[in-house]
Amino acid sequence: MAAQFLLRRLLLILPTLLGVSVIVFVLLRVVPGNPISMMIPPGATQADIDHLQQLYGFDKPIVEQYLIWFREVMQGNLGTSISLRQDVVELIVSRLPATLELAFAALIVAVIIGILLALAGAYWQGRWPETLVDGVTGLNQAIPDFLWGLIFILILGVVWPILPISGRIDPHLSVEFMSQFYLTESILAGNFELLPVLFSHMVLPAVALALPLTAVIARTLKASLRETMTQDYILLAQIKGFGTWRILLVEAMRNALIPTVALSGVQFNFLLGGTVLIEQIFSYPGIGNMAIGAVIDRDLPLIQGLIITFAIMFTMINLLVDMSYRILNPRVRDE
Amino acid sequence: MRSALTVILLSLFVIGFSPAKAAEDDVLTIAYNVNLPSWDPTVGTSAVNPTIQSIYKSVFDQYVDQNSDLSFKPGLLTGWGWNETRNEIWLDVREDAHWHDGSKVTPQDVVWSLERAGHPDTGNPIMFVWSKVANFKIDGNRITGEVVSFEPTLFKWMAFLTAYVLPQKYYEEVGAEGFEKAPIGSGPYMVDQFERNSFVRLKRFDDYWGEPAEFETVVFKFITDASSRVAEIESGGSDITIEIPYEEFDRLSAKEGLNGVSTPVSDIGMIFINDVGVMEDSNVRKALAHAIDKNAIVEHLLRGYGVPIDTLQAPQYEAFDSSIEVDYDPDKARELLAASGYSKDNPVRFTIQTTRGFKPKDHEMIQAVVGMWRKVGAEAEIEVYEIAKHYELRAMDTLAPAAFYNWGNAIGDPSTSTGFAMFGPSPHSTWDTDDLDAMIGPLWGEDDEEKRIEGYRAVDRYIAENAYVIPLLQYVQPIVYRDGIEVTPHVANFVLPQLVKKSN
Repeated sequence: MAAQFLLRRLLLILPTLLGVSVIVFVLLRVVPGNPISMMIPPGATQADIDHLQQLYGFDKPIVEQYLIWFREVMQGNLGTSISLRQDVVELIVSRLPATLELAFAALIVAVIIGILLALAGAYWQGRWPETLVDGVTGLNQAIPDFLWGLIFILILGVVWPILPISGRIDPHLSVEFMSQFYLTESILAGNFELLPVLFSHMVLPAVALALPLTAVIARTLKASLRETMTQDYILLAQIKGFGTWRILLVEAMRNALIPTVALSGVQFNFLLGGTVLIEQIFSYPGIGNMAIGAVIDRDLPLIQGLIITFAIMFTMINLLVDMSYRILNPRVRDE
Repeated sequence: MRSALTVILLSLFVIGFSPAKAAEDDVLTIAYNVNLPSWDPTVGTSAVNPTIQSIYKSVFDQYVDQNSDLSFKPGLLTGWGWNETRNEIWLDVREDAHWHDGSKVTPQDVVWSLERAGHPDTGNPIMFVWSKVANFKIDGNRITGEVVSFEPTLFKWMAFLTAYVLPQKYYEEVGAEGFEKAPIGSGPYMVDQFERNSFVRLKRFDDYWGEPAEFETVVFKFITDASSRVAEIESGGSDITIEIPYEEFDRLSAKEGLNGVSTPVSDIGMIFINDVGVMEDSNVRKALAHAIDKNAIVEHLLRGYGVPIDTLQAPQYEAFDSSIEVDYDPDKARELLAASGYSKDNPVRFTIQTTRGFKPKDHEMIQAVVGMWRKVGAEAEIEVYEIAKHYELRAMDTLAPAAFYNWGNAIGDPSTSTGFAMFGPSPHSTWDTDDLDAMIGPLWGEDDEEKRIEGYRAVDRYIAENAYVIPLLQYVQPIVYRDGIEVTPHVANFVLPQLVKKSN
């Protein structure tokens, strides 16, 4: 049953990606801003311009361009970046780990803070700590991630400069990594002396990304907890004399988590999208930062590759969310 | 709650969460405004990106170098020139230059670099210049080459975009991809570590032929967001930063521990006029030019950081002629418009295109200009576009009747400003009329330098009289740096670490 579900969902991903690829490919060629026009040298003749169009394949009809590109993609080739002059797959593979580590760090921060806020709100229901929790979540939700980023830079980077505000690692350090997963690799390899440096560079962008998500998690989970706390089995637990914390954490949490997981999955996609601006603000070398440069330079092969990568990540996250939902919710699992 | 926060922050300190401070004695950290896309300074779009040249010039040598006032000086070539009949060039290669791997820079490297640059398959955007000389011969340290087509600015181009000498043997050994991963040059600094889109760390090259650089390590942090660059310098994370808003420049320069230096650079703001619609009426064009109070724009919008100009030549350029002036005269503008039947009640209408945020106060400047035009009887509708669209429309010659743009010209030659911007057949021109082309055309191959420069001055005067373009101002580069260092500003808009000195 679960295998069938997984297969069905995996098969659905293919037309989704195909649709994304067609839309992106056509849109990029329809919107103004031709990459060739940015490359024309001062003394170029029309023949030179035609040569450039031909060299990059922009002289062909869009359908033909798409078919050529699609054929190459099927062979794992996303082309060569026009501005960076490197293989798009290599570029993405080299930068994706930074974004993934940042996004997962933000997710962990958001989940921890969100759950703590929700538990506090539910425990002190109707009292001043709940008002405080509502105020904090309201603030977290009202301020977008990039603005949090700027606030952190101002407070913890400038006024009270205790944390670095740019990059992924201290540029004065000479460190050789085997992979681009710096943080994961350092943890797995037991290279603990580097962890403070890596964490210190990650903490501000990760928290900036996480705060809006903490609000979503806290609000949803608190509402679910309050609803669950009115269920008969919770009443039974109270009659049995279980403490409020135990009821909240052991009895109510599992059921209350179901809508939170579903919503958090969707929100994680937004969080990934948020890395584009956050990486730019913190000069964090991930794919979000690279995407901005690619758009400015009208680097079509790179933009296409990045959007396909984001699309794959989004669909995979949705799949994981659906799987988690099935695991947590027996009614859906047994359907 | 407060004590908990204090504990957390103190813990962060204890375990080493303090930011990397830039101000180490032998390390210079520069918060730089652009990323470095590629390490090959001779091919691709990045090779013609003026803002990246500071990094290239730290690692690679050019054939000819430039002083900070744009004047030329020996680079890897110690001498250069034409023969008497100008059908041959000669180049003398420096004997004391080494590549970063320790091998010697040879005349063969120079020839290989020139031939590669001129080959159509290499992808050098300035191939149209480099292909004008061929059949190089080497005799000792002297290279001679046959002139295929005379290019009066050839040696100036040798200090400009893509004019870098690369190591033939190493490049052929490692290939283009290997070179991207481990580039070597013969410049004052060697690449030590490159974290794409994050930073590049350079180490001083002790065998450099020129004056040794003062800092042993230089870090260029790529911080493309202006507010983040401001924070970097303010937090002490960087020693120098550039391209920040003028308001921030004033604030930071006045701050204890920081200093500011601003200098006019080889980059000008201008309004392209397209020879379409109402712009074919010379009264309209001239009225628009006379209606703009450039001083007010510089003083009030740019806080004085700009130099009003009336031609495409900045004062530091060779063909600059201070006698060419276009007065701010709104009454004259009204008269000219009236002569063509326009007034405030019946304004001439057209569109002006501009970027927003691509250059400092670009959109605001155009809003101010449109306001000034409105007062004399011209109603311009502002269309905001991205710079990529500007390039596309300009290449197709379909820009709006008026379009704001900035034009850089690091070698200060008139051909690379007035020439390319105003000569009809150039893909970068917008005004295409026979009268102007007839004036500029012969100057491309003019072998008498004095005549060539005078020719361009005449062209500039003619353009100003006919308002074929509206130059606005020369930009000023704001540089903020910490106490303890001295920065030499460069008119070509470079921030060269080799020109930064320690001070007490």
